[in-house]
Amino acid sequence: MDKHFTARRRRDLIIAAVLAGLAALAPLFIKDVYIQNILILTLMYAALSQSWNILSGYCGQISLGHALYFGIGAYTTELLFTKFGVLPWFGMLAGGAVAAVIAMGLGYPFFRLRGHYFVIATIVIAEIGLLLFQNWDWAGAAMGITVQVRGDSWLKFQFMRSKLPYFYFALALCCLAWFVTWWLEDSKWGFWWRAVKDNPEAAESLGVVVFNSKMGAAAVSAFLVAIGGAFYAQFLAYIDPESVMGFQFSLLMALPAVLGGIGTLWGPVLGATILIPMTELTRSYIGGSGRGVDLIVYGALIVAISLALPQGLVSLFSRAKAKGATR
Amino acid sequence: MGLLYGLIAVGLALIFGLMDVVNFAHGEFLMIAMYVSFFLFTFFAIDPLLSAPLVAAALFVFGAVVYLLVVRFAMRAKANAGMVQIFSTFGLAIVMRGLAQFFFTPDYRSVPHSWLGGKTISIAGIFLPEPQLMGALVSILAFAGLYLFIHRTDFGRALEATREDPGAVALVGIDKNRVFALGWGLGAALVGLAGAIMASFFYIYPDVGASFALIAYVTVALGGFGSVFGAFAGGIIVGLVEATTALVLPPSLKSVGIYAVYLLVVFIRPRGLFGQM
Repeated sequence: MDKHFTARRRRDLIIAAVLAGLAALAPLFIKDVYIQNILILTLMYAALSQSWNILSGYCGQISLGHALYFGIGAYTTELLFTKFGVLPWFGMLAGGAVAAVIAMGLGYPFFRLRGHYFVIATIVIAEIGLLLFQNWDWAGAAMGITVQVRGDSWLKFQFMRSKLPYFYFALALCCLAWFVTWWLEDSKWGFWWRAVKDNPEAAESLGVVVFNSKMGAAAVSAFLVAIGGAFYAQFLAYIDPESVMGFQFSLLMALPAVLGGIGTLWGPVLGATILIPMTELTRSYIGGSGRGVDLIVYGALIVAISLALPQGLVSLFSRAKAKGATR
Repeated sequence: MGLLYGLIAVGLALIFGLMDVVNFAHGEFLMIAMYVSFFLFTFFAIDPLLSAPLVAAALFVFGAVVYLLVVRFAMRAKANAGMVQIFSTFGLAIVMRGLAQFFFTPDYRSVPHSWLGGKTISIAGIFLPEPQLMGALVSILAFAGLYLFIHRTDFGRALEATREDPGAVALVGIDKNRVFALGWGLGAALVGLAGAIMASFFYIYPDVGASFALIAYVTVALGGFGSVFGAFAGGIIVGLVEATTALVLPPSLKSVGIYAVYLLVVFIRPRGLFGQM
């Protein structure tokens, strides 16, 4: 089994490298700005979902409040940039650090909660964050922040003329999140997380430090999501509390992983690849009437997939071949 | 207001207590109830107060159908059961919101000049709006009725028994699906009642449920999942906290108080105030 496992991991890495390479070439053929936009969003959501999956999928602590970390990443970057002129690159790291610290701070009380109590606590804390930002005048309150345009440059991470730099950054972020997951999956942490998810009491008795491993998952997860938030802020050049910290963001982050397969390496990527283009296309082709048809289709699809494939789309691939080689 | 929160929440509490499923479309049930009440008023000029039983009956059917069409299958999931429930009911909520937008447009509607709308009554020098007062009254009656229903009737006992041991219940010839479907119907009927009353003093629009749903989850969790009395108590606490916060903080921040109290309570008692286990 060990041999299979190592071989599979090596294979995963090769597939990922090939896919990333192909994705990097995509802009050579796709010149349409609208499609490029969809690709960027798809990559971003894949990265976010992959990060969410670390805490909620691998470690089993279902969070529906990750918009908080996303918003913190976006706001830290833009507040530092617009108020103090700090370059987004540093703001991004600062945002990630702040989010990780907050995630760990919240972990102290939150990780004592079980099941629905935990889920509701995560929703509630993100909602508090949203309300506070909406009422925080220095941070632009409900109006949000418009990022000053200072021309195209990698230094300031701003590009007006072409979307390609954003595309490559999103791709890099997606690869980073995937690689971190891949790397952690086989580490001590990865095994701890799966043990904590399956049975915290048994894990504790076997010497897994349950609390610390949840904290680790929360910190990594929040850090990566905040980087995503910083990216999104620079990409749109405008943020307001509702659009970066609203509940719908927490869900949009979770959905690709849920559809693709929770707690799996490929689930979030697969889920995002299908879900995000679909969302965007239904929105622009049948949502234009403003009558909610896109919502109906989208919602029905979520119901259908979650009922028909509780383990996500990934299970379609593994069911066929992995009869014996489970782990 | 607090009692009304309690009434919205108690349906959720019933469904959860019954089968450990959190209905993430609960707010949308409320929205539908408000629309039903609105249309009964516009087309048949039935005052929301009178239509409340009709709305409750309509929602009863709706809740049972939702159980049979969606939730029944969600409960069968062996893997990721929690996620499947969350996302199937959440997907349902999105569909319902979309349907409401499609059929009723996103416009804000309200029931004009209902019997109670806009009237106030003075009790010992304190002015109280009549619709809210009526809401409180109906809520208390509904709670009492539900309590008696669960503890005094055969069906109530079947609900309790099915919750405790679905396997054993099947042996004595109780159809689990029927009991659960009726339970969902009952839960939805309670939201229907709340929706009908709220229709007389709240704007009605497709997203209206969302703003109440989170408060309903907090109310239930505050009282403790699985406890009907907890939902009642939770509702009163939430109402009081909201009123107090409104005195200290700007109106846009009034829910922060509710959320903060929820966090405080579950940190001290992770099972909610009256939660079991």
